Amino acid sequence: MTALADLLGSNLVRTVLLGAALLGAISGMLGAFAVLRRQSLLGDALAHAALPGVCLGFLIAGARDLGSIMAGAFFTGALAALAMMLITRATRLKTDAALGIVLSVFFAIGVVLLTHLQAQGGAASAGLASFLFGQAAALLRSDLWIMGGVGLVALALVLGLWKEFKLVSFDADFARAQGFPVLVLEGILTVMVAMAIVVGLQLVGVVLMVALLIAPAAAARQWTRSLGAMVALSAAFGAASGMGGALISASVRGLATGPVVVLIATAVVVVSILLAPGRGVLWQARAARRARAQISDRRLLATLQGLAHAHDDAAYPVEQGMIGTALGAQPPATQLAKLERRGLIRPVTHPPETTPHWELTGKGHAAAAAPETDREAPQ
Amino acid sequence: MIAALFDSIPAMILLTGVLVGVSGALLGCFLVLRGNAMLTDAISHSIVFGIIVVWLLTRQLSGPVQLLGAAATGLLTVVLSEALARSRLVRMDAAIGLVFPALFAAGVILIALYARDVHIHVDTVLLGEIGFVWLHTVPVLGLEVPVAVATLSVVLALNLAFVLGLWKELKLASFDPGLAAALGFLPGVLHYAILTLTSVTAVAAFDAVGAILFIAFVIVPPATAYLLTRRLWLMVMLAVALSVAACVAGYGLALRWDVSIAGMMASMTGVWFALALLLAPERGLLAQAMRLRRQRVDHDCRALVAHLFTHYGTPQMAEENTLRALIHHLGWPEPRARAAILRAHDRALIERRAGLLTLRPKGIAEAEAIFGRRTE
Repeated sequence: MTALADLLGSNLVRTVLLGAALLGAISGMLGAFAVLRRQSLLGDALAHAALPGVCLGFLIAGARDLGSIMAGAFFTGALAALAMMLITRATRLKTDAALGIVLSVFFAIGVVLLTHLQAQGGAASAGLASFLFGQAAALLRSDLWIMGGVGLVALALVLGLWKEFKLVSFDADFARAQGFPVLVLEGILTVMVAMAIVVGLQLVGVVLMVALLIAPAAAARQWTRSLGAMVALSAAFGAASGMGGALISASVRGLATGPVVVLIATAVVVVSILLAPGRGVLWQARAARRARAQISDRRLLATLQGLAHAHDDAAYPVEQGMIGTALGAQPPATQLAKLERRGLIRPVTHPPETTPHWELTGKGHAAAAAPETDREAPQ
Repeated sequence: MIAALFDSIPAMILLTGVLVGVSGALLGCFLVLRGNAMLTDAISHSIVFGIIVVWLLTRQLSGPVQLLGAAATGLLTVVLSEALARSRLVRMDAAIGLVFPALFAAGVILIALYARDVHIHVDTVLLGEIGFVWLHTVPVLGLEVPVAVATLSVVLALNLAFVLGLWKELKLASFDPGLAAALGFLPGVLHYAILTLTSVTAVAAFDAVGAILFIAFVIVPPATAYLLTRRLWLMVMLAVALSVAACVAGYGLALRWDVSIAGMMASMTGVWFALALLLAPERGLLAQAMRLRRQRVDHDCRALVAHLFTHYGTPQMAEENTLRALIHHLGWPEPRARAAILRAHDRALIERRAGLLTLRPKGIAEAEAIFGRRTE
């Protein structure tokens, strides 16, 4: 515990943590829109396409200068987005093929540039490898200002164009019919995805960037149905994953930050998918079980009522075996006991027979005749 | 002679590249046609996890069990993504993007923690080590053959047998899955068979080209071939030829510039694609632009003929049937008006007579066809 306190006390660690939280929050916020617009894999392609830009920025600046590296990454990311658009519009190739082409070719060019830089040597080029898998520990205090600036721009755009982004994300056709410049808005959103990637490179690297974009948003989507809450939650998940990843990777030697961040974010997704109220897998399973039990109860009550009607006797005692014959299977004793507890049926004797018999109570008749309620319907 | 071939390092590197390219392109054609290209992305990333887990369990990197074990992760990714998408909690694209980074991240962490001393280095994962394939050899028929070459040859034979043996079924399932299912060809089984072979190929190619460059070998040459032809067999042949050419050109350039060989080979597939995108006959960007231009001039020609015909014999004829009228009355820029007149002249639709543009018999016929009536 004291080791952790020491770790948190150090200035360097505080810088790294703050940076990681900032990067995670920006990526999470912008990723929410990418996921809603089904452009998750575009993020993957743009992230891989940032590699040649990182190398170019390095080549031009001649050193590990975050500003020029980010500019380079942004440039090639934008180029990749344009290439995507050109390929899908001008050829018969489908989107997935266009994504694959852009991703792999840009990455290959990046690899060529990277090995070119490494062949030229210089200790500085070693820092480049940290952009492959991320190295939060390499964050400098001056880098925080750049990232804070990018984050502010992104936040201002999201808040300023909130209504437009919402409309384009959920119903682009309606937005077009209302006269919104949909193409421009989609362009801005794509640019912002590229921005999120550029910012996140330092933390998770080009290869795993897609996970920081998608995972927080996919997790947030499970907990809420409102866009505002989803974006906020997504940013929070992103920040938490970033900080957790930075802490763990800083305390284990030789561990890159990116994979750790991604595994934490994935764990958040798994928990959300299982537990989120309403949508979660466990909740759905519970709702389905309840619905099955409810249907089974109603069938039993309806059987008893049907037999009562047939015999023109509201208190007709039905032999337990007959219920089983009518339903096709003997009802479990627990189900009968539960219905008895709820005051819907009661056990009666019917001498000279010694087998158990059941009759509907007045409340039971009302329940059997009541229209079906679907309170528990899953969303 | 053959022994000399296997002793030659450049030949072995080139052969490895060609084997990766050809086995990838064979499967890639069907992946691209079926719209599954991004599953290659998912598979090739996530096999990293399989490779390291299999290594931790068996302490061996190559061998049939290792190959299949690692390839199982690729298939697992696809099955998990599809199950996640079927739960309707996340969409398919996000499902793919959630599963493979998680497996890839787990693989990278395992490598960093437990395998730092082995030759699986994190850089290898991304870049491949095609330059060093000749270091690890196995004896085959008395020859020292690089392990990668031996493995990839088996994989290529497997892929070739699959594609040739199930040609008709693959063709049908790619173009009309509904009909294939109705005829009892089990397109679902074929789908998983292709993805299994893709995983096996990705694992076999991993040492040589790494996890990500493999995607270029699978997707880009088939996509390029797709731009060039509409025939499946020609597409497959072209894809294979393009990847061989990319390997040869990439190897040469990589030596010259002293850069990653695998990276340069993959970049060359991108160069072929860019060239095809620009220059493909009929569907290339250049051909599209030229067709558009020709259609525009032809349309202007028709407008010109209609214009002249409308004013023929009217009092305004002297004013209307001139180049100036096209510019001022129709609002055409002068180059456009001149181009239309020249084209109409070339097609013997009009002639210049006494300073006026006049229709020739062919032009009158065209105008009548446009207006759908005959002159009195």
